[in-house]
Amino acid sequence: MQMLSLTKVCAGYSGFQALFEVSVEVEAGEAVAVIGPNGAGKTTLLRVISKLIGATSGEIRMEGASLARVPAHEVVSRGIAHVPENRRLFPRLTVEENLRMGAFPRAARKRYGERLEFVYGLFPRLEERRGQPAGTLSGGEQQMCAIGRALMSGPKLLLLDEPSAGLAPVVVQAIFDLVRRICAQGYTVLIVEQNIRQVLKVVGRAYLLEAGRIRLAGNSREFLDSQEIRKTYLGL
Amino acid sequence: MEVFDIFLLEAILNGLLLGGLLALLSLGLNLIFGVIDVVWICYAELIMCGMYAVYYLHVQYHWPLLAAMAAAVVIVAVLGVILHQFVIRPVLGAEPINQLLVTGGVLFFLQAAATLAFGIEFRNLGVTLPSIRLGEMSFSAARLVAFCVALAGMVGMYLFLSRSYLGTAIRAISQDRAIMPLMGVSPARIFVLASALGGALAGLGACLLVLQYDVHPAIGLSFGPITFLICVMGGLGSMAGGFIAAFVFAQFISVGGFLFHLEWGYVLAFAFFIAMMFWRPQGILGRR
Repeated sequence: MQMLSLTKVCAGYSGFQALFEVSVEVEAGEAVAVIGPNGAGKTTLLRVISKLIGATSGEIRMEGASLARVPAHEVVSRGIAHVPENRRLFPRLTVEENLRMGAFPRAARKRYGERLEFVYGLFPRLEERRGQPAGTLSGGEQQMCAIGRALMSGPKLLLLDEPSAGLAPVVVQAIFDLVRRICAQGYTVLIVEQNIRQVLKVVGRAYLLEAGRIRLAGNSREFLDSQEIRKTYLGL
Repeated sequence: MEVFDIFLLEAILNGLLLGGLLALLSLGLNLIFGVIDVVWICYAELIMCGMYAVYYLHVQYHWPLLAAMAAAVVIVAVLGVILHQFVIRPVLGAEPINQLLVTGGVLFFLQAAATLAFGIEFRNLGVTLPSIRLGEMSFSAARLVAFCVALAGMVGMYLFLSRSYLGTAIRAISQDRAIMPLMGVSPARIFVLASALGGALAGLGACLLVLQYDVHPAIGLSFGPITFLICVMGGLGSMAGGFIAAFVFAQFISVGGFLFHLEWGYVLAFAFFIAMMFWRPQGILGRR
C-alpha cells in the first residue's frame, strides 16, 4: 500500500526555487533514503512534506489523501512525524517535557502513558535523564530525544533529517543501528542523509537529489553498484 | 530602638505584600513577551480598563463585588485578545521598535478614550477593608488580600505552565517558534491563548488594585513603568526573574521609604534599577 507520494512537487523560498518537479513514493513499511550533496534540497523536501513551507505546484498525498488543504499543525495528526535538522529540541524543557510536546495532538494525549513507556523502553538513557533540561544532553542523546519526541505522536511515517549530522563517529554508528531498529518496529521511514554509505545499508530504496531534481532512483543495491554514485559520493 | 525594629519589620512585611502584587503584574507582561516576543507597553492601561469595569459594574450597576471582579477579569482577557488580533498580529514581522511604538500608541489611545468616556475624576469603589493589627504593627487588609490572591494566581499559573499540554507549549514556543507546527501546535492559537491569559492576569491585577487605589484615566502611569522595569530587571520574558525582581523592588520602595522618606523609596528603587542595568543588563535571570 502506498503511504506517501509526491508528484511533480516544486517548492522554494522567496526568489529561489529549491525543488523542481520532484516525484517520490514511499510504500507502507518501507525505509527510503534521499541522498545528495549539501544544498541539493533534501531538507526542503522534508519541510514541504510537513508543510513547514508550501509547495508552489505539484501534489503531496498521504495514504491517498491530498495534503494541499491541511494546515501545517495538522500534518502530524495525519500520521507524519518530522524529526528536523539539528534535532531542534526545546533546550530548557526537560527530556520528559520535550516528549510531552510530541504528544500534543489530542488523539496522542490519550495514549501518552503507553507511548512514554514505549519510548523509554527504546531509549533507556532518556528515562535516566527524564528530568534534565534537553539542552544538557549529549549529541547522541539529543537525537534519541528528538526521535522519541516524534514517536510520541504515534506516527505511521517518520521523516528523519540528517540524524547523524554533527555526531561523533561512534555515535553515528549507534544512530544508524537505532534507525534500523525503528524500521524493524514497522515504522515507515523517509530519511535524508549525507552519510551515504551508512544509510544505504539501512534502507531498501533511495533517491538521489541534485540541485533540486531527482537524478536517480532505485534500490540500495543498485545505488551501491552504480558507477556514478561510487565515484561521486562514495569516493571509490 | 525596639520600636524602630518593629516599624522596620512592618515596612519589610509591607514590602512583601507589595512585592506579591507587583509580581502578579509583571507575570502577565512577561508571559506575553516570552511567548509573542512583543512588549505590551499599554499593559497598565488594560489594568486601568479592568479597574473601571469593576467600578462601573459594582457602583453603577450594583453587581455584587465578586461578580463584578470576575466579569472584569473576563473583559480584560477579551481586551487582550482584541489587542493581539488587531494591533499586534499585523506587526508581528515588523521591527521591534515599531512593535513597541504601536503598543505605546494604544497606551495613549486608551488613556484618552478613558478620559473621554469616564472623565478625569478619581473614582473610588467605596469599599473599605479594615486594617489588621499584629502587636504594634498594622497592615491594610486590602493589601493582605491582594497578596494572597496574587500568590494564588501565580501558583495557578505555575501549575498550568508546568503541568498542562498547553502550558508546556507556551514555554516551548518561546524556545523555538518555527518548529511548533511539527508538534501539532498552531503558533497563532497559542498567541491568542497567551494574550487572553495575559489579559486575565491584568484583569486580576485590576481587581486587587481597585481595592486600594482610586481609578482615574492616568492611573496606569503610576504602576505601568514600575511593572515594565521589574520585568527588565528580572530578565524580559523570564517569569521567575520577574518574580524575584518584584520582591526586591518592593523592598526598596517600602524599606527605603521607611528609612528616609516615602518618595525616597522610589528614588532608591530606580537608582538600583539603573545600577543593575550597568551590572547585569540582561536582567537577573535573563539569557542574552
